[in-house]
Amino acid sequence: MWVYEKKLEYPVKIKKPDPRMAKVILTQYGGPDGELAASIRYLSQRFSMVTPEAKATLNDIGTEELAHLEMVGAMVKQLTQGASIKEIEDSGMAAYYADHDKAIYPASASGVPFTAAYVQSKGDPRTDLYEDMAAEQKARSTYEYLLNMADDPDVIGPLKFLREREVVHFQRFGESLRHVQEYLENKKRYSMGKMK
Amino acid sequence: MNRDEMLKKLSALDFYIIDLHLYLNTHPTDRDAIMKHNAVVKEARELREEFERLYGPLLSYNSTSKCPWQWIENPWPWQYKFNFDLAGDDK
Repeated sequence: MWVYEKKLEYPVKIKKPDPRMAKVILTQYGGPDGELAASIRYLSQRFSMVTPEAKATLNDIGTEELAHLEMVGAMVKQLTQGASIKEIEDSGMAAYYADHDKAIYPASASGVPFTAAYVQSKGDPRTDLYEDMAAEQKARSTYEYLLNMADDPDVIGPLKFLREREVVHFQRFGESLRHVQEYLENKKRYSMGKMK
Repeated sequence: MNRDEMLKKLSALDFYIIDLHLYLNTHPTDRDAIMKHNAVVKEARELREEFERLYGPLLSYNSTSKCPWQWIENPWPWQYKFNFDLAGDDK
């Protein structure tokens, strides 16, 4: 089960509306390399993971991604708050507004709705951890592209925090993979049987 | 400490715990890191209790409430008003 904590992992306090940034940051909510995909990927993969280290890592990073999903949602909400219809139209957010008003909907920057096809849960613990390391790199790149387009320190702060977490998660998945490889090597050595 | 200063300190301690926790998952025999982790958990626990006493429950489970039920009180974490200002702090 989960316990909700009524605070953000890192504060989001954006004074100036900017629907142009809202539209692109939304991709980290429901896009291909976003936080929803990350969370559901790790929390699903943990059921077939081996070694205590790797199970805990998937469980806890999957949980932290939910906190990041909340931060991204808060950013999009605050970036659209107080924006006029004219500003929304001028910023390229008109199509989103027609479908969702200023509500938070899991979609990519180009408007593709969230799909489970963004994630894999393959059953082979090495395969899954390689995917997870790649996913963290893809998310890091996305945050860097978003940072390239941001100029407000209130937006840059949380984006930099989220980018940094991708780097830490990549590191932890790499360490988990080493534990898993060692475990599978030992298993093979002693059983000489099937791989799983 | 006012509410925002207290929330900022608690957020910093909690983040320290999250990061040490992930590190320990893959370094479970690092005794120094476990001791550091436990010390920060204690410090954060005391500050969290103090914050909750003054400003209401933080946890959806295991926090007590006065009457009327405090959990439903605004603002919520995604609202501008809930958060403290950090912009420029890391310069």
